[in-house]
Amino acid sequence: MTDTGAPVTTYREALREAHRDAMRRDPEVFLMGEDVGRYGGSFAVSLGLLEEFGEDRVRDTPLSEVAFTGAGIGAALRGMRPIVEIMTVNFSLLALDQILNNAATLRHMSGGQVNVPVVIRMTTGGGRQLAAQHSHSLEGWYAHIPGLRIVAPATVEDARGMLWPALQDPDPVLFFEHGSLYPLKGPLPDPAPEVDIVSAAVRRPGQDVTVVTYGAGVGKALTAATELAREGIEAEVVDLRVLRPLDDATVLASVARTHRVVVVDEGWRSGGLSAEISARIAEQAFFDLDAPVERVCGVEVPVPYAAHLERAALPQPEDVVAAVLRVVRGDG
Amino acid sequence: MSALPADRQGLVEAGAPGMLREMMRIRRFEEMCAELYSATRIRGFVHLCIGEEAVAVGVVSSLAEGDAVFSTYREHGHALARGVPMPSVMAEMFGKVTGCSRGRGGSMHLFDVSRRFYGGSAIVAGGIPLAVGTALADRLHGTSDVTVAIFGEGAMAEGAFHESANLAALWGLPVLFVCENNRYAMGTALAREHADTDLTARAASYGMVAWSVDGMDVLAVQDATCRALALVRGGGGPCFLELRTYRFRAHSMYDPDRYRDKAEVEEWKGADPIPALSSLLVEHDVLTQDELTAWAAEIEAEVAAAVEAADRAPLEPVEDLTRFVTTEEERT
Repeated sequence: MTDTGAPVTTYREALREAHRDAMRRDPEVFLMGEDVGRYGGSFAVSLGLLEEFGEDRVRDTPLSEVAFTGAGIGAALRGMRPIVEIMTVNFSLLALDQILNNAATLRHMSGGQVNVPVVIRMTTGGGRQLAAQHSHSLEGWYAHIPGLRIVAPATVEDARGMLWPALQDPDPVLFFEHGSLYPLKGPLPDPAPEVDIVSAAVRRPGQDVTVVTYGAGVGKALTAATELAREGIEAEVVDLRVLRPLDDATVLASVARTHRVVVVDEGWRSGGLSAEISARIAEQAFFDLDAPVERVCGVEVPVPYAAHLERAALPQPEDVVAAVLRVVRGDG
Repeated sequence: MSALPADRQGLVEAGAPGMLREMMRIRRFEEMCAELYSATRIRGFVHLCIGEEAVAVGVVSSLAEGDAVFSTYREHGHALARGVPMPSVMAEMFGKVTGCSRGRGGSMHLFDVSRRFYGGSAIVAGGIPLAVGTALADRLHGTSDVTVAIFGEGAMAEGAFHESANLAALWGLPVLFVCENNRYAMGTALAREHADTDLTARAASYGMVAWSVDGMDVLAVQDATCRALALVRGGGGPCFLELRTYRFRAHSMYDPDRYRDKAEVEEWKGADPIPALSSLLVEHDVLTQDELTAWAAEIEAEVAAAVEAADRAPLEPVEDLTRFVTTEEERT
C-alpha cells in the first residue's frame, strides 16, 4: 500500500490485468504474437492468459511479422479488436509495410469504407544491454504517419488504463512499452481509474522550466527534477503519453508558465520527435520563450552492447540536469 | 480435373453465356480505359487485364455473397465481376467523388466493402496477410465465408506470400489463394525470378491442396474455383489455384513492352478466352451471332454511359482532403 492507500503493482502486471479485463469485457478482443501463449510473452506480459482464455484468443504465431500483423489488420477490417504483440520496435520494421501501407492507409484510400481498430503493442528503447537490434526508439518514425494513433504509457496507471481506450478507438493504435519499465512499481487504485489516450499529463509541477518527455524519459526527468530542486530550480515534467496526435495545448500551457523548455527523447535527434516538439513550440510559443529550446536525445549511433557505452548513448538524468541548468542559468 | 461441359445443356447449366457476357463487358471497359488514358482523361498508373478476363470472371463469379476478395493493382476486372457498378469504377478512374473510393484510390485501389471487395493493393503481396486476417475473423465468428486472395506470380517471390501461406495452413483458415500467373512480374519473366517455376509445388509444400488450371478457359477456372471453394468452406483449410494466363497489353500504360517477343504475344492471343467461348456457344446453339452483336451494343452503351456519368460527376471538395484519415478527423 502507498500513502494514498492504493495497492502497489508493476507495469507488467498492470498490462496483464489490462489484457485480462479487455478480453473479459469484449469477446472480439484477442491477442496474437510470437510466444504470447505457452511461453507467457517475451516479457511475461501475457503470462497466464492462455490458460484463462484458450488458444483461440491467445494465439502463438510463427516468426512471421508481416503475416500476423497483416492478419491483425485483416481481422480488424471484419470488426474484431485484435491486439498484436511484436517483440520489439526493431522487429516491427519487418511489418512496417503492413502498418503504413495498410493499417494507416486503408480508411482514407477506400474513401472511408473501412475502419482498422487494431492495437499493435511492442517494446521500445534501450538500457538492457541488448545491443543495436533490440534497443532502438523508433516510435518517432511511427508518429510521422497520418492515420495512426501512437501511445506510450510511462506509469503503472497508464499501463493499466490505456489499453481499453486504445481498443475502443476505431482506428489503428500503436502501443509502445519501454522495455525498462516492466518492473516499474507504482500505485494502482482498485478499481483502476479510466484514462484517456488523448492528452499529455503534468507529472510534476514547477515554474522554472518545462521538461517534455515520454516513456522511460519520464522517470529520468523526475529524477533530474528532484536533483534540480536541491539547486532551487523547480522543473515541470510533462509526460506526452500520446505521441500522435500530439497534445500541443498541455505543452504550450506549461511553456507559457515556465518560459523555458528541455525536450528529452531517447530517439535520435535528427528528424525525430524532439525536433517536431521543438518546432511546434517555436511556431506557437516563440514569444513565450526566455531561452532557446534544448534537446536531450539518444546519441546518433546504433545502441551498443557494452554497459558504459550504452549508458553514454542514452539520455540520463544528469544530462537532463545539465540541459536545464543551461536553459535556466545560461550555464555550460 | 473433371470433364468440362461440351454440350448445350452443360454449357447453359455452367452459366457460360453469362460469363461470356461478363468477359466481353470487362474487355470493353478496359479498352475504353486505354482510350481515355491516351486522351489524358485518366492519369496515374493503369494496369489493364485484357487477355486475363477468364480469371476474373471464372473466379469471382464462383463466390458466395459473403465471401471476401483481396485483389491486386490489376483489378478492374475483379471489381466488375464482383458487381461493383461500372459507373463507380469509371468515376474512380476519373478521380471523382462518385468513384468507388471517392477518387482517393484510383485505378489501383478500387474498394467496395458492401460487396466485400477489399480493394486492389499496389504493394505486391501486401493484401495477402489481410486475407488471412479476415479469414481468421470469419473462422472465429463461426461463419462459412471464404476469403479469396488474388495475386500475380510475382507475389510468390515476396515473403508476405510465404508467411501468409504458412500461417493460413498452420491455422487451417478459410483462404483461397489465387495466383493469376500471367508469366511476367512487370517485365521479368517467370523463369528469371523463380528458382522453381512449379508454383503449385511450392504452395503444396505448405500442406495445401494446389492445382494448376488453364486460365484462358473460363469454364475450367470456374470449375476449379468451385471445387476449391467447397474444400475450403468445408473446413479443409486453405487451397491454392494457379491460373495460367497472359496479358495481351503491356504491364501498364507506361510500359514500352520491350521484354517479350511479339510472336509470343500473338501466340497467346490465339488463346483469347472471349472468341473461343463465343464460338463454342454459337456452335452448340446456346447463342446466335445476332445475340452476340446485341450484347456488344448493350455493353458499348453501358460503357459510354459510365464515361459520360464519370465526366459529369463532381469532384470531392478540397476541404474534405483530410476526411477519413482517422475517424476522429472525419468527425471534426
